[in-house]
Amino acid sequence: MGIRERLSGNEATAIAMKQINPDVVAAFPITPSTEIPQYFSSFVADGVVDTEFIAVESEHSAMSACIGAQAAGGRAMTATSANGLAYMWEALYIAASSRLPIVLAAVNRALSGPINIHNDHSDTMGARDSGWIQIYSENNQEAYDNMLMAHRIGEHPDVMLPVMVCQDGFITSHAIENIELVEDEKVKAFVGEYKPAQYLLDRENPISVGPLDLQMHYFEHKRQQAQAMANAKKVILEVAEEFYKLTGRKYGLFEEYKTDDADVAIVVMNSTAGTVKYVVDQYRAKGLKVGLIKPRVFRPFPVDELAEALSKFKAVAVLDKADSFNAAGGPLFTEITSALFTKGIFGPKVINYIFGLGGRDVKADDIQVAYDKLLEIASTGKVDSVYNYLGVRE
Amino acid sequence: MAYNLKEVAKKPERLTGGHRMCAGCGAPIVVRQILKALKPEDHAVISSATGCLEVSTFIYPYTAWKDSFIHSAFENTGATISGAEAAYNVLKKKGKIQGETKFIAFGGDGGTYDIGFQALSGAMERGHDMVYVCYDNGAYMNTGIQRSSATPKYADTTTSPAGKKIPGKMQPRKDLTEIMSNHHIPYVAQTAPIGNMKDLYEKAEKAIYTPGPAFLNVLAPCPRGWRYNTPDLMELSKMAVETCFWPLYEVIDGKYIINYKPKEKVPVKEFLKLQGRFKHLFKAGNEYMLEEIQKEVDSRWERLLQLAGEA
Amino acid sequence: MSKKELRDVRPDVTWKDITPGGAIDSPGNAHLFRTGDWRSMKPVWNSEKCKQCLLCNPVCPDSSILVNEESKMTGIDYDHCKGCGICAKVCPFKAIDFVEEV
Repeated sequence: MGIRERLSGNEATAIAMKQINPDVVAAFPITPSTEIPQYFSSFVADGVVDTEFIAVESEHSAMSACIGAQAAGGRAMTATSANGLAYMWEALYIAASSRLPIVLAAVNRALSGPINIHNDHSDTMGARDSGWIQIYSENNQEAYDNMLMAHRIGEHPDVMLPVMVCQDGFITSHAIENIELVEDEKVKAFVGEYKPAQYLLDRENPISVGPLDLQMHYFEHKRQQAQAMANAKKVILEVAEEFYKLTGRKYGLFEEYKTDDADVAIVVMNSTAGTVKYVVDQYRAKGLKVGLIKPRVFRPFPVDELAEALSKFKAVAVLDKADSFNAAGGPLFTEITSALFTKGIFGPKVINYIFGLGGRDVKADDIQVAYDKLLEIASTGKVDSVYNYLGVRE
Repeated sequence: MAYNLKEVAKKPERLTGGHRMCAGCGAPIVVRQILKALKPEDHAVISSATGCLEVSTFIYPYTAWKDSFIHSAFENTGATISGAEAAYNVLKKKGKIQGETKFIAFGGDGGTYDIGFQALSGAMERGHDMVYVCYDNGAYMNTGIQRSSATPKYADTTTSPAGKKIPGKMQPRKDLTEIMSNHHIPYVAQTAPIGNMKDLYEKAEKAIYTPGPAFLNVLAPCPRGWRYNTPDLMELSKMAVETCFWPLYEVIDGKYIINYKPKEKVPVKEFLKLQGRFKHLFKAGNEYMLEEIQKEVDSRWERLLQLAGEA
Repeated sequence: MSKKELRDVRPDVTWKDITPGGAIDSPGNAHLFRTGDWRSMKPVWNSEKCKQCLLCNPVCPDSSILVNEESKMTGIDYDHCKGCGICAKVCPFKAIDFVEEV
């Protein structure tokens, strides 16, 4: 069962797309996601997919073409990073509010300025209010698996929202690792066919999409959209359950690594979690009870489940690979502390580390700094600094 | 088939009454005629850039469009319709769609010459089987008559007002029809609502049914922005053509054809004097503006004659 | 093209019942919206003078010059006519008067 391969994150994503065989891919190149439309173009050129590839002239047009294609009744996909995602910003909101389940491969890269082609999460964090479902991936396997699940989540009638699958630029997108692929036929059966209730190409039932929605109706449409995002949590878990039956790989809203009896924990998304797991093992070997929580689903934000999972720790460090520039911590930190407060969980002391901006390398030493601080807080009960930066030259 | 107004008039209306365009607006006149060029058995997927046309024809929950219609944003109607066209090709191949569907994108001069230029150029260059129709009323009318690159020189607009120091828009109009002709697409035409609408209808029919990308630039007088009385629309359109301010021509596979050469070229001031936005050009001391505009119209007309091999 | 009856959406529709994404599947239902009350001037058709040239039909922005299956003009749709007067101006036979709406 499964096909063993050695692929980079970009290759794995492109292969997932090949197996999904969408109707339209409209993409524009930007480092480090460029390889995805490149690989996909060669599939199109060789006739191994039925997809029509639109080599659009900008990312804004990429998302616009995806909107046109999806509204027309086809499955549309694209890939981008950083400023490409920023350029399609208004179209992201429109795709979500038009309830079009487009799937986007977001290869995380720092937003300009200054220009930087390396990894951080400022791009997809910047889009966190766009109404897209956001799923983060630690490595190429997760990026591939999340891609396969994306359509089942987005196209569910209770959801009907677009999905972005995130992975770290260069770190996982360009690193070749072992991976287990699912057979073509099994992917096809799992992903299924796109069957929209309404679509532009339906000549028997023509529709109009994208109205001027005045004060009388806009709010109701947005409330309905908000409900769809709330419904997504359940659907994500149901699809993961089915995926587990198909592949034996388990996915939830987040991963808990050696947290059962942990005193302290780090919360971090994507590839850095791999480095943290290594340090957790090191510290555990020394008898120190540390753990990791790696959020997978950022939108919708799993308030109940994360708050519950964090409640048992004496100290928690939330590591943000993006800064909100609100002079009060990064986006993950803000959402987690908000979740803890609203659930009445005041036990753990929570601190923030903003790290890795612009591809600043994160090593085991850096993670050790965080765990050492957490263990200190756990024993003294005192926090000397809530908002911190990890790895910047002071 | 020769144009027959009576035959066309009884064809089904694809844009219903009940939209909120201004009384006497040129845009829906243009749209109605273009949609009539569709064969009754063909389905259309129509997109529109944000602008007067879009915000007035689809105010939730009312849509004036009888075909499928999509609006996504202001600058991307070229890209949006490209996506729909691509999906159609794939779904048709898969046998999921039956019958002929045509793809028509509408944009005002704002959403076409300026903010939508990139998406238009990309769509045309990629060769999608579609028509892009620009309804050119010479300014960003929907947001309150601001200047666009299609605004004629010296026109008074709200961002190029005829003031004490600067007498209106100082730049000459961009010639988008020529730019599109240089995209080397199968069919480009400049037209206007005029007479019995033969020119507009026939060009719409050619544009829709020529395989590949087609571009139509259509003059769409705006009573509010141009400042004239609503009943006079057809007279204004006629004068635009008779003065050679808005020549009617086609470029078919690179070959230029001028569809109408006025026997007596009317001085452009006869067109300008009908509109309040050029009122200041008729003040004493501003004769140079009229001369400049006449020179510009003449030189562009000469160039067009040369391109058509009729100089 | 759809031949279904035109449907409206109630102004007090709740968020649960509103159409998802703002899409509408009742093409041309703007016909239900009466713009006729915008008028301050009104075209009045004189069928005696009318020679059925149909030049008035294509110039109406509001699709309000009614033409039947025999290509004959039959009247004006006053539910939607906004009183712009283009039809009255273009008629070569002065068969449309343009008068104040009372």
